[in-house]
Amino acid sequence: MRKKNVYLSLNYVASYLLMGVFTFPAVWIILTAIRPDKEVNASPPVWIPETVTFDAFAKLFGGNTSTGSIPFHDYFLNTIWIALLSTVFSVMIGTLAGYYFSRHHSKRANAVFLSMMLARAIPGVALSLPLFLVFSKIGVLDKISGLVIAYTALNIPFATWLMQGFFKEISIELDEASFVDGCSMWGSFAKIALPLTLPGLSAAAIFTFLTVWGEFQISSLLARTVASKPFTVGLFDFTTQFTVDWRGMAAMAVVMIIPSTLFVIVAQKWLIRGLTFGASK
Amino acid sequence: MKAEASLADRQYVLKESVFDSLRASKWLFAVVFVAPALIFLTLVVVIPMLYSFYLSFTNFNLVLKINKEFVGLDNYVALLSDSTFLLSLLRTIVFMTLAVNLELLLGLLVAQLLAKPMKGEGFLRTALMVPMMMPPILIGFQFKWFFNDQVGLVNNLIYAVTGQTTQIPWLIDAVLGFISILTAEIWMGTPFIAIILLAGMLSLPKEPFEAADIDGATRFQKFYYITRPLLAPYMLIALAIRSLDISKAYDLVKIMTGGGPAQRTELIWTYVTRLSMVDSKFALGCAMSFVSVAISFVFTVYIYKQLVAARR
Repeated sequence: MRKKNVYLSLNYVASYLLMGVFTFPAVWIILTAIRPDKEVNASPPVWIPETVTFDAFAKLFGGNTSTGSIPFHDYFLNTIWIALLSTVFSVMIGTLAGYYFSRHHSKRANAVFLSMMLARAIPGVALSLPLFLVFSKIGVLDKISGLVIAYTALNIPFATWLMQGFFKEISIELDEASFVDGCSMWGSFAKIALPLTLPGLSAAAIFTFLTVWGEFQISSLLARTVASKPFTVGLFDFTTQFTVDWRGMAAMAVVMIIPSTLFVIVAQKWLIRGLTFGASK
Repeated sequence: MKAEASLADRQYVLKESVFDSLRASKWLFAVVFVAPALIFLTLVVVIPMLYSFYLSFTNFNLVLKINKEFVGLDNYVALLSDSTFLLSLLRTIVFMTLAVNLELLLGLLVAQLLAKPMKGEGFLRTALMVPMMMPPILIGFQFKWFFNDQVGLVNNLIYAVTGQTTQIPWLIDAVLGFISILTAEIWMGTPFIAIILLAGMLSLPKEPFEAADIDGATRFQKFYYITRPLLAPYMLIALAIRSLDISKAYDLVKIMTGGGPAQRTELIWTYVTRLSMVDSKFALGCAMSFVSVAISFVFTVYIYKQLVAARR
C-alpha cells in the first residue's frame, strides 16, 4: 500500500510540475502585459510585478494610424471579419461535403475525398505565392475579401473531414425512417442529420475560427497594409530593427488569447471527440 | 465492426432498389453537396497551383520588370545544385522527425500521468490545453524572448543558478538556434498529442489490466503489452496531424531566428519565401515548393491510408 502512495504522490508532483511548464509562457505574457516597463527586461527577472499597471492596454486601445501608434482597432476588426467569414463559409461548404462522403463510399467518392485531404498538405507559403499574383490581378490583394477566399479554401478539407466523422456516427436507420416519412435527401439532411451533429458542427466552427485567428503564413504574404492586416501580422509593429516593445506586444497577445481560451474551454470535449473519431471502434 | 458492416449493407440496399425514386435524385444530391467544395478548391487551390507550376518553368520574378520567358527545367536543375535548398529540406525532415518523436514520447508520459484519477484533474486537463490556445506566432515571440542572449529568461536563470555571466547565444548559433526552435515546437505540440492519447487511454477497457494485475504484471509490462497496442490508432491520428503540421513549419523559424545565422536554421518554407519575395527568384521558389509539396503528398497519401485503416 505504501509503495502505491509513493507512486501517487510522485504522480501528483510530476503532473502539477508539467502543468506549470505548459502554462508558464501564457502566464508570463499576462504578467508582462501588466507590469511596469522597467521590470520587463530586468536582470535578474522580476517574477511577480511590484505594481500592477494597465498602461500598455490603455496605449493599445487608444492607438490609431493618425497618431503613428499601432492601429489596434483596425487590426481587431480585420481579424474578426476574416476569421468569422472564413469560418462560416468553410464550415457550410465542409458540412455539405462531409455529409455526402459519410453516405457514399464508392471508389470515385473515396478518391475525391482523398484528393481533398491532399489540399490540406499544401503549406500556406506554396499556395500564397501564386495567390499573391492572382489576387493582385483581380484586385483582392491586401483586402479582407482576398484573405477570406484563401482561408475558406484552406479550411474546407479539414471541416469536411471532421464533419464526415460526425455524420458517420448517425445511424443510417434514421435516414431510412425519414425517407419513409417522405423526406427528400435534402430534407433528411436538414431535419435529421444536421440537428444531431450540431455540437460537432460547433466544434468544427471553433476549430476553423481558431486556425484562422492565429494564422500567419498566408496573411504575412497577402496582407500588406492596415487595410487587411490581422493581429498576427500586426504584432510586428512592436518590433524595430534592434528593439522589441515586449510589453506592448504582450498586451496585444493577451487580447489574442482571450477568444481561444473561451472557445477551448467550452468546446474541448467535442474537439477531442472530433479528432479521435473511429479510433475506439 | 458489426455496426460498420450493417451500415455498408444498408447503403447497398439504399442504393439498389428500395428507394427507387431517390436514385433519380442521386446525381442532384452529389451536385448540391459536393460541388461547392470542389468548385471552391478548384478555383482557389488547384488553378493557382497549376499557375505556379507553369511559372516554375519560366524566369518570372517580382522585382525586375523583364519579360517572362520559358526556361524549361532550368529552375529544377538549379535547385538540385542549391546547397541551401538541399540543406533546408534535410533540416526540415530532421526537424520533423525529432519533433514528432519527442512529442509522442512526452505526450505518452503526460497522458499516462493525467490518466490517473487525481484531485484537480479537470484543472490539470484544461491547463494542458493552454499551448493550443496560443497562436504559433505568439509562441514564437515568447520563446524568442526566453532565449534572448541579453535579457532572456533562460540565460537569466542560468546566471541565477551558476552565477556565471556567460551569455549563451541561443538564437545566434546554428545548432543552438535549431535546438531553441525545436524546444518551442515541442512545447507547442506535446499537449495536442497528450490530449488525444489521454482520450484514448480513458476509453481503454478495464479487463485486460485487471487480468494483468492478477498475473502480477509490472507497470512497464502493462504499458508495453496492453496500453501501447490498444492506443496505436490514437497515436497514428496524433502523429498524422502533427507531422503534417510540422512539415509546414514556418512561423517559429521566421520569428525566432529568421533562418539565420547565415541561413543555417532555415527550414524549407522560410527559404522558399525568402527566395520568392525578397531575392527576386519567384520562379525558383515555385519550383522548390513543388518539389517539397510532392514529397509531402507522397507522405500524406501514406498516412491517409493508415488512418483509413485505423478508422474502419
